[in-house]
Amino acid sequence: MKLAGLLVMPAGFFIAIAALVLFPVSNQAARVGFILCGLAVEGLGLAVAIRGHMEGQGKSRS
Amino acid sequence: MTPNLPPVLSDPAFALVLVLLALAPLAIAGVALINTGLGRSRSAAQSLLGSLAIVAVTTIVFALVGATLAGTTGATSHVFHLAGKPWNWLGAGPLFLSGLGSEPAQAQLGLLFEFLAVALAALIPWGSGADRLRLTAGCAVAAVLAAVVFPVLAHWVWAGGWLSQLGVSFSLGSGFLDPTGAATIHVLGGLSALAVVWIAGPRKGKFPQGGFATAMPGHNAVYILFGSLVALAGWLAFNLAGAILWLRAPFAALPVTAVNTLLSASGALAAAFVVTRFRFGKPDASLCANGWLAGLVSSSATAAIVSPLQALVIGIVAGVTTPLLVEVLELALSIDDPSGGITVHAAGGLWGLIASGIISAQSGQLIAQLVGVATLLGLILPLLYLLFWLLNRVIPLRVDPDGERIGMDLHELGGGAYPEFVIHRDDSSR
Repeated sequence: MKLAGLLVMPAGFFIAIAALVLFPVSNQAARVGFILCGLAVEGLGLAVAIRGHMEGQGKSRS
Repeated sequence: MTPNLPPVLSDPAFALVLVLLALAPLAIAGVALINTGLGRSRSAAQSLLGSLAIVAVTTIVFALVGATLAGTTGATSHVFHLAGKPWNWLGAGPLFLSGLGSEPAQAQLGLLFEFLAVALAALIPWGSGADRLRLTAGCAVAAVLAAVVFPVLAHWVWAGGWLSQLGVSFSLGSGFLDPTGAATIHVLGGLSALAVVWIAGPRKGKFPQGGFATAMPGHNAVYILFGSLVALAGWLAFNLAGAILWLRAPFAALPVTAVNTLLSASGALAAAFVVTRFRFGKPDASLCANGWLAGLVSSSATAAIVSPLQALVIGIVAGVTTPLLVEVLELALSIDDPSGGITVHAAGGLWGLIASGIISAQSGQLIAQLVGVATLLGLILPLLYLLFWLLNRVIPLRVDPDGERIGMDLHELGGGAYPEFVIHRDDSSR
């Protein structure tokens, strides 16, 4: 689960980069929106990775 | 960093940066002292020897490999083209020290800054892995950082790489701004600490079966607090040198940069003091030191470009969040980070980078900062985890259980830091 979360995170990075490539300078709102979406995907990946870490800790305790 | 930098520093500016960089190792000394104080007494000698060894390893590895990959502004580099834009992603000079002596003097000054920066970055995971990370593993982690990850990031930020060119390529303000290493030193170090702690696991007895996390307080509050003061001197030197070197700040702007550094740290300490006073009934020395350090870390991104009032507010926010986040990581997320490096350096650095974008009056600067943050979280953290996971297969990061039980000093060095002291029995590791 931790690995799955970490694999999702680069997708967020590529979404952020796509925002720069796809949208022109004049459309800053779309750029910001896309980049925030990329950061949200990274946040989700991080949350999944942390969740996986916590589950691992729970198993090692019991 | 910005596209319109004057190409050459004046002689007085060059001399001043050189003197400041001679003082910058005080930041390394301060962090090493804090790491040692926050660890246990039976690992103190291993912690400080490890810090020295890490400085040595990063210096040698960065000279041999890293300096080439980091490159310098205007030097040869690898560039690919995508969507009609150049993406400068890696330095391409000669390997194995052959380029170091022949670079222009000003480029070598930038490399000297990077030598010190990578040493400081590599100390952060060492502190977070305290009391269970083997000395050789700490050095191996430092070598990976100095050989691969730091040079790549330093090239992107300081040597004309694609992040620094976001302003030219995509009209995003001045490009990604990181004048003193909030990203390249602190976020990189903090994310390395997270990856190392995830892979090595918590200290034995930290999270007992069916119970709350065991408190394992640092063994020497004097080291922690004195280290915080020593770090201040180093941070002032780093922030002033970075402002001249990467932003070409005029001499007239330097006093404000220094004041901003002080204000940010002071605001953070005051906030951490108040938060811990209300949270625990009395101020907590180690969390206050963490708050102070988080203020310094956030100043690395902001001191050279904000007003004094803004620096104070940025420091206060860092100081409020640091003790709370340390607690969340330990109690809610089961992450055992003795030095608080993940919170102080990763979270403090990210906050500083975002704050500098929010405050900037330049159009697109916030977007550039967010792209930098997305790069750190989305690309650098998974890369670090992968590299350290592979490293752990070759050189196990964690000491064996017996070593952890008797302490890292006795196990790895054959003698303790305080041979005349009686070491208390540790009930949690029986």
